[in-house]
Amino acid sequence: MAFFRSHVLVCVDPECLAKGAHAMLDALQDELVSQGLIDEIQVLETSRIGSCADGPEMMVYPEGIHYVGVTEDDIPYLVEEHFLKGRVVPKFQKSIVAVVDEELGPAKPKEVRVVLRNCGQIDPENIEDYIAEDGYAALAKVLGDMQPEQVIDEVTRSGLRGRGGAGFSTGKKWQFCRNSAGTPKYIICNADEGDPGAFMNRRVLEGDPHSVLEGMIIAGYAIGANWGYVYCRAEYPLAVRTLNLAIRQARDLGLLGENIMGTNYSFDIEVRQGAGAFVCGEETALIASIEGKRGEPRPRPPFPAVQGVWGKPTNNNNVETYANIPQIILKGADWFASMGTEKSKGTKTFAIGGDVNHTGLIEVPLGITLREVIYDVAGGIKDNKPFKAVQIGGPMGGCLPEKYLDEKIDYESLNAAGAMMGSGGMIIMDDETCMVDIARFFMDFTQDESCGKCTPCRVGTRRILEMLQRICDGEGEPGDIEKLEELCQQVQQNSLCGLGQGAPNPVVSTLKQFRSEYEAHIYEKRCPAKVCRKLIHYSILEGPCTGCTVCARNCPVNAISGERRHLHVIDPDICIRCGICKQVCNFNAVAVS
Amino acid sequence: MDVTKNRIEDRNIPEIVKAAIEKHGNGRDALIPVLSEINAALGYIPAQAIAEVRRQVHDPSRQVYVNESQLYSMVSFYQMLSTKPRGRHVVKFCESAPCHVVGGRQVWQALEDELKLKNGETSADGKWSLVTTSCLGICSVGPVILIDEDVYGNVTPKEVSEILAKYD
Repeated sequence: MAFFRSHVLVCVDPECLAKGAHAMLDALQDELVSQGLIDEIQVLETSRIGSCADGPEMMVYPEGIHYVGVTEDDIPYLVEEHFLKGRVVPKFQKSIVAVVDEELGPAKPKEVRVVLRNCGQIDPENIEDYIAEDGYAALAKVLGDMQPEQVIDEVTRSGLRGRGGAGFSTGKKWQFCRNSAGTPKYIICNADEGDPGAFMNRRVLEGDPHSVLEGMIIAGYAIGANWGYVYCRAEYPLAVRTLNLAIRQARDLGLLGENIMGTNYSFDIEVRQGAGAFVCGEETALIASIEGKRGEPRPRPPFPAVQGVWGKPTNNNNVETYANIPQIILKGADWFASMGTEKSKGTKTFAIGGDVNHTGLIEVPLGITLREVIYDVAGGIKDNKPFKAVQIGGPMGGCLPEKYLDEKIDYESLNAAGAMMGSGGMIIMDDETCMVDIARFFMDFTQDESCGKCTPCRVGTRRILEMLQRICDGEGEPGDIEKLEELCQQVQQNSLCGLGQGAPNPVVSTLKQFRSEYEAHIYEKRCPAKVCRKLIHYSILEGPCTGCTVCARNCPVNAISGERRHLHVIDPDICIRCGICKQVCNFNAVAVS
Repeated sequence: MDVTKNRIEDRNIPEIVKAAIEKHGNGRDALIPVLSEINAALGYIPAQAIAEVRRQVHDPSRQVYVNESQLYSMVSFYQMLSTKPRGRHVVKFCESAPCHVVGGRQVWQALEDELKLKNGETSADGKWSLVTTSCLGICSVGPVILIDEDVYGNVTPKEVSEILAKYD
């Protein structure tokens, strides 16, 4: 085995690639070759060294020096200093103790890592790393010691429920599919993670792809399927690449393909890419898309467990569901069921966004309260502002106000509160957020993504959006709230699939929890959070204004006039209410009313 | 648009379709990858390519049934496939909430100003198309733009002209 005196780990996550890691990596290889160091220093591509926030990152071992913000132009200098002269380059050095991965990083208080345990810890492009962490041991146990029925029984007893959002018992789903007549049977992994701001599945696919593959093979054995599809959205090219590489490596070791581990069980997996359609996350639309059709949902029943891909019994689970399976098999159903609440077991990953101190990816045991997640795990609201609402469950979820903060995060409690588990997006909002505007934002998304097959969703979402737009523009009329409520109910009850049925939820939940804001917009033509542009105006206060001209110089439409050291004035007819003057003023002299 | 049109007519569409089918397969389940490949090669999927895919994939002896209207229904459904010519470089802007709140709107404005295009438009010289995309999942480095296959993170309005200048 070759001996290297030094190993350089370069982060190739999408964030770092977006900041030029690829060019830097090429330059590093070239420089090491031209300096004659290529036999002494090994360059490895890895993932998630730090937060990726400061650009291309690398870690140099054995010293353990963490460099950030290294571009291709810096390479000759860095190589000369560090690798030829042995001097650390402080300019790029990030303090070792302060490595903060804002997206994942070390486990935060109250976090429990089950699905994410390997992410950032192992090399996702090397199957041996996964095997060293008990990878494929669960598969060996299943193929060697367990009957398919026993596997299903173990998964059922664990209490695992679908992590894609609906929360159906995974074991029961497998049993239905196993009992369905018809062969061949298929396994699908739904990796069409389309909720804006939700990237939990992407991290698992990129950071620990084998855990998903192993879960799928075990599901295939339990159900009696020999073929699996991973349906991954085309927006995740790196995840697709990592998965394909993982599949090849598993095939090479006989963990996929004919006669897995020398048994008479055969199973193989293929990755299918979407082409940009949110609705393909709905299982019947996803199946249509795999079959090479428009990704439009169809009515259920028949459920995919009876008639799925190519009309055959098909089991479809989410990425996170499959990633849980190997550990349930290895550590047992009782271990898994020891986490969570009576009906919601295990952990759940969430992508935290919005106005909190620590945004990014977390994994917490179910049953934790919203308050614990927001204040303990995510570090509380930015700048100690008051909490206003948490939007949970993605574009089909709901907004919950402060009185729900002590609700437990489990499937039933969230549904009862008017939100939903969804796939795991959580956006936390402070008091400067307008709830009518938020409802409008989510309707804009679902309206755009409606596939157009059924009328309630196609037309209904558009009409809801138009009404919300009018209300935000100060043109709301008495009676609008009642009309909205009726229309939302119609869309919920009459749409074909989950997208349409869930689309009005952001409106319904904000109408219920923040009705007074709608009323202020409609009856008083006022936006209490001072967000809706047509309902606010900016002015400059005489006292604090020093006449420094910063606002006038930054105004994009030249709406501000005034002499140096004299009070400045905003012309309301020109002002586009962009708020830049308020942001740049150093004296808090810009007021919104 | 003449530039793009001439370019398409110069290309050997049957060969491009054949190459895509050899790479991804000739079953129904390969249709999306095949169409994506053609879209990448030609910038869009012209009517000739749809006819050609049907000719090469439709095969009752293998029980693969495909017709042109079905293919057109797919091409018009998926965001990443286009029935109209696109520019040599496609600029995709992430319009999702996490990018929106960290200054995405200003970046979009800069893109519109710099390219003198609105959402969905293609420049007269056939160089640029400007479109929005759904969430790319790299929210921690927003605002994000994607030009062809290159991802740019933490983009500021000022950097936009610099980034665009890299492409010819």
